[in-house]
Amino acid sequence: MRFARLALALGMMLGAGAAHAKIDTDPLPPKKPGWSFDGPFGMYDRAALQRGFQVYKEVCSACHSLNRVSFAAMSSGDGGHGFFTGPEVKAIAAGYKIPAGPNDKGETTDANGTPLTRPGIVADHFPPPFPNEQAARTANNGALPPDLSVITKARAGGADYVYSILTGFHEKPPAGFTVLPGKYFNPYFNGWNISMPPPLSPNQVTYADKTNATVDQMAHDVVTFLSWAAEPTLEDRHRIGFGVMLFLLAFAGLAYLSYRRIWADIH
Amino acid sequence: MAGHSTYVPKTGFTRWLDARLPILRFANDTMTTFPTPRNLNFWYSFGGILTFMLGIQIVTGIVLAMHYVPSADKAFDSVESIMRDVNYGWLLRYMHSNGASFFFLAVYLHIFRGLYYGSYKAPREILWIIGVLIYVLMIATAFLGYTLPWGQMSFWAATVITNLFSSIDQILPHAGTAITEWLWGGFAVGDPTLNRFFSLHYLLPFVIAGLVVLHIWALHVPGNNNPLGIDVKGPQDTVPFHPYYTAKDLFYLLLFVILYAVVVFYLPNALVEPDNYVPANPLVTPPEIVPEWYLLPFYAMLRSIPQKLIGVIVLFGALITLVFVPWLDTSRVRSMRFRPLAKQFFWALVVDCVLLGYLGAHRPDAVFPGTSIPMLPFARLGTAYYYAYFWLVLPLLGLIETPKPLPATIATSVTGTGVEQVNAPAE
Amino acid sequence: MATTTAAEPTRRDFIHIATAAAGGVGALALAWPLIDQMNPSASVLALSSVEFDLAPVQEGQQVTVMWRGKPVFVRHRTPKEIAEARAVPVASLPDPLARNLNLPESAQATDQDRATKPEWLILIGICTHLGCIPLNNQGDFGGYLCPCHGSQYDTAGRIRRGPAPENLAVPPYAFLSPTRIKIG
Repeated sequence: MRFARLALALGMMLGAGAAHAKIDTDPLPPKKPGWSFDGPFGMYDRAALQRGFQVYKEVCSACHSLNRVSFAAMSSGDGGHGFFTGPEVKAIAAGYKIPAGPNDKGETTDANGTPLTRPGIVADHFPPPFPNEQAARTANNGALPPDLSVITKARAGGADYVYSILTGFHEKPPAGFTVLPGKYFNPYFNGWNISMPPPLSPNQVTYADKTNATVDQMAHDVVTFLSWAAEPTLEDRHRIGFGVMLFLLAFAGLAYLSYRRIWADIH
Repeated sequence: MAGHSTYVPKTGFTRWLDARLPILRFANDTMTTFPTPRNLNFWYSFGGILTFMLGIQIVTGIVLAMHYVPSADKAFDSVESIMRDVNYGWLLRYMHSNGASFFFLAVYLHIFRGLYYGSYKAPREILWIIGVLIYVLMIATAFLGYTLPWGQMSFWAATVITNLFSSIDQILPHAGTAITEWLWGGFAVGDPTLNRFFSLHYLLPFVIAGLVVLHIWALHVPGNNNPLGIDVKGPQDTVPFHPYYTAKDLFYLLLFVILYAVVVFYLPNALVEPDNYVPANPLVTPPEIVPEWYLLPFYAMLRSIPQKLIGVIVLFGALITLVFVPWLDTSRVRSMRFRPLAKQFFWALVVDCVLLGYLGAHRPDAVFPGTSIPMLPFARLGTAYYYAYFWLVLPLLGLIETPKPLPATIATSVTGTGVEQVNAPAE
Repeated sequence: MATTTAAEPTRRDFIHIATAAAGGVGALALAWPLIDQMNPSASVLALSSVEFDLAPVQEGQQVTVMWRGKPVFVRHRTPKEIAEARAVPVASLPDPLARNLNLPESAQATDQDRATKPEWLILIGICTHLGCIPLNNQGDFGGYLCPCHGSQYDTAGRIRRGPAPENLAVPPYAFLSPTRIKIG
């Protein structure tokens, strides 16, 4: 179904002249930049994860929650497979304000009416940028920024799709296509009108490791981070999977020899 | 069981036990010395594979239930917590969700094997009908399980499938709505629905396990059919189940498990719609609702019929049809190896089911990619052929087809000496 | 032709043994995830230590902190309570061991070994008899009284009378600063 529509869109793009009245706004097929976690031996690039976290924190997290990810998951301490040391994660968590329960007097807000918060601990999850859906929609022109915890698994095309969206804003709309008010043109998005303003611009973040912060670089880094957020156990899966495959092949080989030997006098 | 028990207890304890609970005798007669046709091929290994997969599903399901929370608020998060926090939770969940697909892959090969070699024919009608019941319960269990992660596909699949029952309104006004609300425990799919679906999803596999016992019992009374479709004539036609078929089944099981492991470890989400990683939202329907691949042929049948009630009848009729197959097939020859015409119709049925599966993944108004050929007429033709195969082809073909000569015995066929020309099967 | 064919295939040769062994290894390997999934999950382990600010706890006051699902008593002892606890000879105690998880098992139940900073007594608030939670400032020894079976503890949390066999356990803890401790 998806492929059918893509093929159709391609066909229309190749064959159709600009004179056609109706423009097919099916999304372009996502770009394929290649990922460190691709393939059966793929693992996450640690440096890209650290940079990607920085992009998420400084750019995306203004609107997008990451509800299902805990700070502890980023830790490589205590046998974890994360990409920051234990003390680093502790410091990162402490930098976040987490909604707190009532204080000793039963108050849930301070004197100014602001809800109480406490510094985060590693067991906390990333706090959402908006207290509820209505607040998020009000702040975003009626659109709801989706939670990013499993975004690369929740969209067809996965990491490639998210990367294409982030890097697809510079394309010019074709003649005859109207960008709706309050929307932005992005040919990788279904319908081409996207509510998200272009989130990345060159040198928007300053990387600690001096990597040149191009839009491509930031998009690639943050999508690596979001892929990790969606599937933090991928590395275990690939590692264990390799052992399991070797074992099963050896076992199947033995079972075959055993089977042939038992049946030797029958055939 | 077939034949006499050959079990001889050897020690004092086993003699003592045999006089009180002959469980070792039972195990010996059914799993060790059980005489099995010596010519069973690869396609006969799926019974063992299915038993293994049922075990995998029950075991992984029990442990997943230790962490899963059947509540509309927490179901999605609890699944994510299984994937992230629970030790090996990702492995158990991917084994379970992909296990369902491989369970169905195996059951389809098993069913088509039965159709090809005439394994449903006398004296194995009850065996076949129990198998159909198991298959129907598998569909129900898989559907219930699909709703549990409470993603968008879960929610809307539950909505669409339960709404099938509202079509009863067209015969009995209000009865369908009443049934649907009874299934939901409310006026829409919600928390009560999820809770009861979880309860039933946990229950049904054990019902299936019970039916599997009956299925194997019904198999062991007449014994296995075989690719020649002729009866076992004597000891020269059989080998003991163990070690011959335990060794053979183990090898084929491992090939199947290798395929399963490739998907679990390297393509765990290949068979999942991305929409099911979006939490359920009762206010937004995804643009395309499709069931899991193993139900797509039935979905194509449903969507090819423009009238609601008739569509539902066609859908369920396709399953109910299978119950009557032993009596619809009028041929006296079991195996299609000796039925040149029926063989061609059989392969057309296989192609038809694959085609229906492909069409079921597309909207009824879709066209074939790169063309302007609409899919709907093909879906209708496919549905018609499915029914025609069972209700017209099988009954008529048995009357007009001239089968090829059958070998006299399994042993002569296997060893290739002196095939006697016998036109009718032995019974 | 098919004669009886039992002798050769049932002979246990190396291949069959290796196949059976591989099956056993596979079954064991599969069993481990099924067992390990019941161990505390990563989200539970992330909570395995808690930090606590001592500054608001007044002298003579006790605060209960949840640590790994258990109550931990953080007691700011008065000089009188400390003096009472120090006056008791270890030899007279029903349980002469410190039961302090920060110290070797053989440590004696002196008040110094029960509370390294004398004003701060940190205890797992679970009676060593059958797991009830003792009541604060009750009983004959100024410490704790277990409501279930009447075990009595002194101001160092040591068992003095009743059925409980051991002193209240001291959890692993460390002072991060003079007013902040990390339990666990």
